[in-house]
Amino acid sequence: MNLYEYMGKQIFRKYGIPVPESYLVEKPSDARKYEMPVVVKSQILLGGRGKSGGIKFAKSQEELDSGIKELLGSKIRGLTVTKVLIEQMIHIKKEMYVSIALDRTEKKPILIATTQGGVEIESIPHDQLYTRHIDPILGYSDFIGREAVAFMKLEPDIAKQFLSILRILYRIWDEEDCELVEINPLVITEEGKLIAADSKVVVDSDSVFRHKEFEVIDPEKTPLELEASQKGYAFIELDGNIGVIANGAGLTMATLDALTLHKGKPRNFLDLGGTDNSDIVSNAFDLVLKAKPTAILVNIFGGVTKCDTVANGIVMAKNKLNIKLPIVVRLSGVRDDEGRKILKDSNIDSYPTMMEAIERVVKLAGGN
Amino acid sequence: MSVYVNENTKVIVQGITGHQGSFHAGEMLSFGTKVVAGVSPGKAGTKFMDRVPIVASVRDAMEFKPDATMISVPAPFVKDAAFEAIDAGIGFIYILTEHVPFHDSLSIVHNAKRKGAVVIGPNGPGITAVGKCKIGIMPNKIFRKGNVGIASRSGTLTYEIVDAVTKSGFGESTVIGLGGDPVVGLNYIDILKQYEQDPDTEKIVLVGEIGGSNEELAAQYIKKNVTKKVVAYITGRSAPPGKRMGHAGAIIEKGVGTAESKIKAFNEAGVKVAEYPTDVPSLLE
Repeated sequence: MNLYEYMGKQIFRKYGIPVPESYLVEKPSDARKYEMPVVVKSQILLGGRGKSGGIKFAKSQEELDSGIKELLGSKIRGLTVTKVLIEQMIHIKKEMYVSIALDRTEKKPILIATTQGGVEIESIPHDQLYTRHIDPILGYSDFIGREAVAFMKLEPDIAKQFLSILRILYRIWDEEDCELVEINPLVITEEGKLIAADSKVVVDSDSVFRHKEFEVIDPEKTPLELEASQKGYAFIELDGNIGVIANGAGLTMATLDALTLHKGKPRNFLDLGGTDNSDIVSNAFDLVLKAKPTAILVNIFGGVTKCDTVANGIVMAKNKLNIKLPIVVRLSGVRDDEGRKILKDSNIDSYPTMMEAIERVVKLAGGN
Repeated sequence: MSVYVNENTKVIVQGITGHQGSFHAGEMLSFGTKVVAGVSPGKAGTKFMDRVPIVASVRDAMEFKPDATMISVPAPFVKDAAFEAIDAGIGFIYILTEHVPFHDSLSIVHNAKRKGAVVIGPNGPGITAVGKCKIGIMPNKIFRKGNVGIASRSGTLTYEIVDAVTKSGFGESTVIGLGGDPVVGLNYIDILKQYEQDPDTEKIVLVGEIGGSNEELAAQYIKKNVTKKVVAYITGRSAPPGKRMGHAGAIIEKGVGTAESKIKAFNEAGVKVAEYPTDVPSLLE
C-alpha cells in the first residue's frame, strides 16, 4: 500500500532522515501560526502534484489560510484532498534522488541514486543513474554507499550525510517491509544540509500483521473495496456493468478478459478464494450488489471449492437479498452436476463452459 | 522420468493438523503421494488418518528420510517453518500459504539457494507429476498421463487449462504452479530447463499473468534454448494499471508487466498465445 507523503515523512523522522518541519491540516481551523514562508502540499497519491495545482506557496498567514481553503476539499485529477501538509520552505541548492525498490526478476532490492533529482526518475538517462542490487542476506553495508558516492562525485561533507541517509533508508526498507522507499527530491540546501523534501513509501500489505499502525489505512481503496477487504474478499471495482464472482485470482482475471473480448464490461473483480462455505458465496453477492451491476456472472471451476456448495450459496443469496437481476452461472469440476441441479430447481441459468456463460451474461446485461 | 519429484519422493507436511494441511495431506495420500510424516508441535506422538506419524519438528521428521516438504502454516510462521526445513537439509520446499510478506520470501529463497534447496511458491498450487506424486492442492481428478508439461502462476486457472488439455485428448507429464506472489522460488526459466531435458515432456504450456517480466524473460530464453513446442496463455489483458488483481504479484506498475508486452514477447519467440484458456489444446495440435 502507498503511504501519503506525511506518513512517509513520519517514518523518515522516526528513523533519523532529516525532513522539513511540518504539521498536518485536516480542517481550516487546524492552521497555526508558523514561521513564513511555507509550502501547502495536498496529501494525495499522485505524481506531479505541483503541475496539477496541488501545491501552493504562502509568504503570509493570509496566503496560508487561503491556500488551505483552496486545497482542502478540492479535486485533483479525480481525487479529493482531505489533508494538507504545511511545511517550512527550504532553500534548495540542488535536487538529488535516491530509492530502494524490489527488483522482482532478480529477487533482490535495488538501490538507485542520482544527482539529477526532482523529476520523474524514468526521464533520467541510464548512464547518470547509480543502480545496484543489494544481496538481501548480506544486507546494506557502507561499501555500497561508497560506490554510490564515488559514482555521484559528491563532496565530502555531502557524502557523509548521504551515507548516513542510505544506511537509514535500507533499515526502513527492511524493518518496515517496504516495496519502495523513495526520496525525490533529496535536497542539498543553501546551508549545505541534505533534507528529504518528499517521500514515497510503499509498504507490503501482507506485512500488516507486524505493522499494526498500517492496519486501518489503505488510501487507495474505495469504500466498497475497504469493506470487501475487511470481509476477507479480494475485490476491485471496475467501471463496467457486469458483476463478476469467480474462484481463484487467475480464473477471475481470465473471466474479466473473456468478458471484455466479448464486448462485455465487468463492474468488479471478486475472487472467492478456495472455500467450501455457502455463506461466503452468499455474502459475495451482497458486496457485488452494492456496486449496482445490471447482471451477475459467476464462474467456478470446482476443486477445493465444490460446485454444489456454490450453488447453495447462490440460491441462498437470491432468496435472502431478493435478487431480481439476471444471474448467469458457469459450474465445472467437482460436483458440477449436483450444483447445476440445485440452480435449475431455483430457475437460475447455468452452463458447463465459460464461453456459453459469458455470451449469455453479455446478452442479458445490456449496454452500459 | 518427471521433473523435481517422482514416484519415490518422500514428503512431509509442516502444519499437517491445520484445516488446509490436513485436507490436502489426505488428498495427497489418495493421489498416491508418499506422505511419510507430519510436523505439528502440539500433536507429536499421534497419527494422521491412523497411518502417518506426527512429530514435533522437522529434525524429528528426518528419521523418515524426507525428500520434500509441504508448508501449510499461517503466513506469520512461514519463514520460521521454511528455515527449519532448510536447516534440516530438505532439498525441495513447497509453500502453500498465501499472504507471506515478500521480505520473508526473499530471505527464504536466498537462504535456500545457499543450501541448494529448491523452493516453489509461496501462494501456488504446488507440483503434480501425473501418476507419480502430487505435492500441493491441485484437484486429483483433472489429470491424464501424457506428454504436456505445464507451468503457471495461478491455481484455479491452471486447473481450467489442465482440464481442457485432458478433455481434448492430450495429457500431462508434470504440472507446476509457481505462485502468485511478486517473489517466488521458481521462475519459468528454471522449469523450461527441466522440461527441455525431460524425456516424458514433448510439449510445454506456460500460463502467465500481468506483473513483473518473467514471461518476457521466458520468451527470450525459449527463442535461444528450447527445442520443444511451447504455447502460452496470458491473463490480465483487461486489468487496469496500478491495481493488484487478487495475486500480490499481478499488478502493472509504471508500464511494466502488461499483458500486451508479454504476448508480444511470446509472439516474437514463435510461441503461440491462446486468446481464451480453453483454446490452449488447439494450439498444441
